[in-house]
Amino acid sequence: MTTERKIRVLLAKPGLDGHDRGIKVIAAAFRDAGFEVIYTGLRQTPAMIVDAAIQEDVDAIGVSILSGAHMTLFPAILDELKAKDASDILLFGGGIIPDDDKDELEKRGVARVFTPGAPTEEAIGFLRDAVARKKTDETLM
Amino acid sequence: MYNSDNLNELNKRLKTWDETATRFRGKAWRPKMMTVSSREINELYTPLDVAQDGNDSQRFWEEIGLPGEFPYTRGIHHTMYRTKPWTIRQFAGMGTPAETNQRFKYILEQGGTGLSTAFDLPTLMGYDSDSPNSLGEVGKCGVAVDTLADMETIFDGIDLAEVSVSMTINSPASMIMAMYLVVAEKKGIPFDKLRGTLQNDILKEYIAQKEYIYPPVPSVRLIIDMIEYCTDHVPQWNTVSVSGYHIREAGSTAAQELAYTLADGFAYIEAAIDRGIDVDQFAPRISFFFNSHSDFFEEIAKFRAARRIFAKRMRDKYGAKNPKSWLLRFHTQTAGCSLTAQQPENNIVRTAIQALAGVLGGTQSLHTNSMDETLALPSEKAALIALRTQQVIMHETGVTNTVDPLGGSYFIEALTNEMEREAEEIFAEIDERGGVIPAIEEGYFQREIARAAYRHQNELESGERIIVGVNDFVIEDEKIEIPVLKIDASTEREQVASLHEIKQRRNAGEVEVMLDKLRQAAATDGNTFAAMVDCARAYCTLQEMCDALRQVWGEWSESPHVMQVS
Repeated sequence: MTTERKIRVLLAKPGLDGHDRGIKVIAAAFRDAGFEVIYTGLRQTPAMIVDAAIQEDVDAIGVSILSGAHMTLFPAILDELKAKDASDILLFGGGIIPDDDKDELEKRGVARVFTPGAPTEEAIGFLRDAVARKKTDETLM
Repeated sequence: MYNSDNLNELNKRLKTWDETATRFRGKAWRPKMMTVSSREINELYTPLDVAQDGNDSQRFWEEIGLPGEFPYTRGIHHTMYRTKPWTIRQFAGMGTPAETNQRFKYILEQGGTGLSTAFDLPTLMGYDSDSPNSLGEVGKCGVAVDTLADMETIFDGIDLAEVSVSMTINSPASMIMAMYLVVAEKKGIPFDKLRGTLQNDILKEYIAQKEYIYPPVPSVRLIIDMIEYCTDHVPQWNTVSVSGYHIREAGSTAAQELAYTLADGFAYIEAAIDRGIDVDQFAPRISFFFNSHSDFFEEIAKFRAARRIFAKRMRDKYGAKNPKSWLLRFHTQTAGCSLTAQQPENNIVRTAIQALAGVLGGTQSLHTNSMDETLALPSEKAALIALRTQQVIMHETGVTNTVDPLGGSYFIEALTNEMEREAEEIFAEIDERGGVIPAIEEGYFQREIARAAYRHQNELESGERIIVGVNDFVIEDEKIEIPVLKIDASTEREQVASLHEIKQRRNAGEVEVMLDKLRQAAATDGNTFAAMVDCARAYCTLQEMCDALRQVWGEWSESPHVMQVS
């Protein structure tokens, strides 16, 4: 029996947008759910986010984008993950993101996009399931 | 207004009343009811709640009085909306300068009486459209401005002597204002004819919206430089719009919004007094900007309390003699954070109620949000409904017929007093921390706001608080059927191309000279604003001006560890 490792998640705000209410609420909710949360703050470039995620050995990266730049920033982070051979780290996020864009981003490899009104419990449940699934996959490999 | 005999009698009768009322308090009755800001509200308010001390008549004059008279609790004008309706001021701006120009003309044709400019994030953060930092953000949240040429396009064909123009920008507010003045100059409009408002409130950026460039101390200096210049040259311009809107959107309570905003305002006033500017020269040009959220009465009380606190402090603490310096004039915007992506048409109703609270609170101007704001930038139809909402309130409801219709309501007056008390407590806490800037540096405001936001979220998720369409009255598998406006990538390409064209055309030597002068002004105690007007004339870009100051003052960044929420 190994001791269950806590879910480690890195939260960040990429781009120029400074509206951090959502990400801080998520940070607090994740912490209360027992996750280890690393919040790297505002105006993080995709490279900074991915480097920090690798260094902190996290299971997932969560980003919040409310400025409309999601179609640029999410793919940039995915590319960065791929370039640094870290695609095993889940990328999810939330923000003011129209449905069409959400579908497109999820197709391109973002594990999940949350839109306004989503309860924090949904994000908690998603992350628990996704990380568990990822671990099973890894054991099978 | 109430003599002690009457109050004693009321006290006695209330006891009997309460016993009778208990019989009606069935299962559905809840002993504790809270506002959206988690403030407990009594079941009933009576004269006892407003007449708490013996000298009641004197207190009436100190606390309530008459509209247009100190302490202005009931409004800043004697006749309020009977003679001067509020300005309908819809925030707009998107894509390229030419697109924004079209939207502005449309708003004016539809009966809007003021313009309000939204800038895109690169502009708000002091980057040009061709900066790597701007990638994907050009024209997204507002209009992109790189040089004077863009400002000339935005205001093309609009008579700047006739409309009042509000510009929502903070860190690079001086650069934008400098460009605006040069636009007016080229149209031959004297500066003293210009009317409008610049947000220019950097303190709330550190507290809430986080669009800062420089550290707080030089940032405040930038504002005081502009106040100094405009006091002399652009006397009708509102140089700072001290904003609680973003503080509330970030998750604060109503009382925090009130107190933090006023504290910011007083910080600017103290800085300008320290510069040696006569308080009565600049204070009348400082205005405020509040949020109007859904908790109807609490919002109205907040607006009334704001006026009273401001008047008292301006007269008694800062020694302002001109009654115009005592007036808290404010703009209101309905609460974007209260809107829902689910059943978005319901947002029209929320916005109407919030707008009415702003009007009953005595606002000078008003922006009503569009129903689609949680989805994207407003579509034309949604923006029109938002505008019509104000017109319905103004022309159909009769609320403009009398001044401060809710004045004297036991509930409203008691709540106004309570808001004032709570704000005073928060002021004392800020003072204990050494003032607004030290409190920002230690993350005090940021922490308190994050806490309030999390508490609110928990109330939603536990079902203690109901948001229609989100955690109750939900439509399963709802399809959103309102059209959503999209800004396509061609905006960025067009804007970058036009910037490069300007850079080719302008006099590069002159640009360098002007930027040097700006750096010198910043490094010494020269007036940076006057230097920026010269930079604007030479078509220096926004980022070139911002960079000149970055080189002298450095940049501010918030360390995430002060942001611990729990």
